[in-house]
Amino acid sequence: MTLAHEMAFASPHITAWAVEATEYPDLARRYRVTGVPKTVVNENIEILGSLPEDAFIEQALGEG
Amino acid sequence: MPLLGPADQDRLRAEFSLMARRVHLLFFTQALGCETCLLTRQILDEFPALSDRIVIDEVNFVLDPDRARQYGVDRVPAIAVLYEDEPSTRQPLPEAGPPVLEDSRIRFLGMPAGYEFVSLVQAILLAGGRGSELSAASLERLALVDRPVVMQVFTTPT
Repeated sequence: MTLAHEMAFASPHITAWAVEATEYPDLARRYRVTGVPKTVVNENIEILGSLPEDAFIEQALGEG
Repeated sequence: MPLLGPADQDRLRAEFSLMARRVHLLFFTQALGCETCLLTRQILDEFPALSDRIVIDEVNFVLDPDRARQYGVDRVPAIAVLYEDEPSTRQPLPEAGPPVLEDSRIRFLGMPAGYEFVSLVQAILLAGGRGSELSAASLERLALVDRPVVMQVFTTPT
């Protein structure tokens, strides 16, 4: 989580939400959250699990 | 009755004492139909007790929909992390009016317990001026982002 928050703080174009999945089962269903952490970027990029910083940013920005 | 033990309180008090800027937690809540809003408020109340550099600004989600929209909040409890863009040591002048708040674009949806609490502490320190822990290469890459990016990171308390 902290990595996404760091990204938001570093770029004025990025907003990062930490979502408590068990509290919002409708969101967990909508984004097919079967394990955590799961990151959804702009509704269309999905990152499962934790990744090293480089790989996470690359995937989140759709450069992977 | 504090939720944190004395050792955790001491550790956090020491960490928060290094903050260069005052941080505001914009807390979106509602009185009815929100099981975790009250518990979230209790968790957030721990922070001002540990540092005068952390302020809780409560926003009624039902009565203030404009503010909710401004921060992209469409359900509660939600938290937006903001900060005063000036040193926290400067005493506010009486005639200066309310402080100008900068948006860190860091958000929390749901009760910040367990792992989320740790994330919230990290977010407060970051907005409070700790400095980024990202590599120089990552910061360079992020500086090139020129389109809106919204990230949702799903977690569980444990």
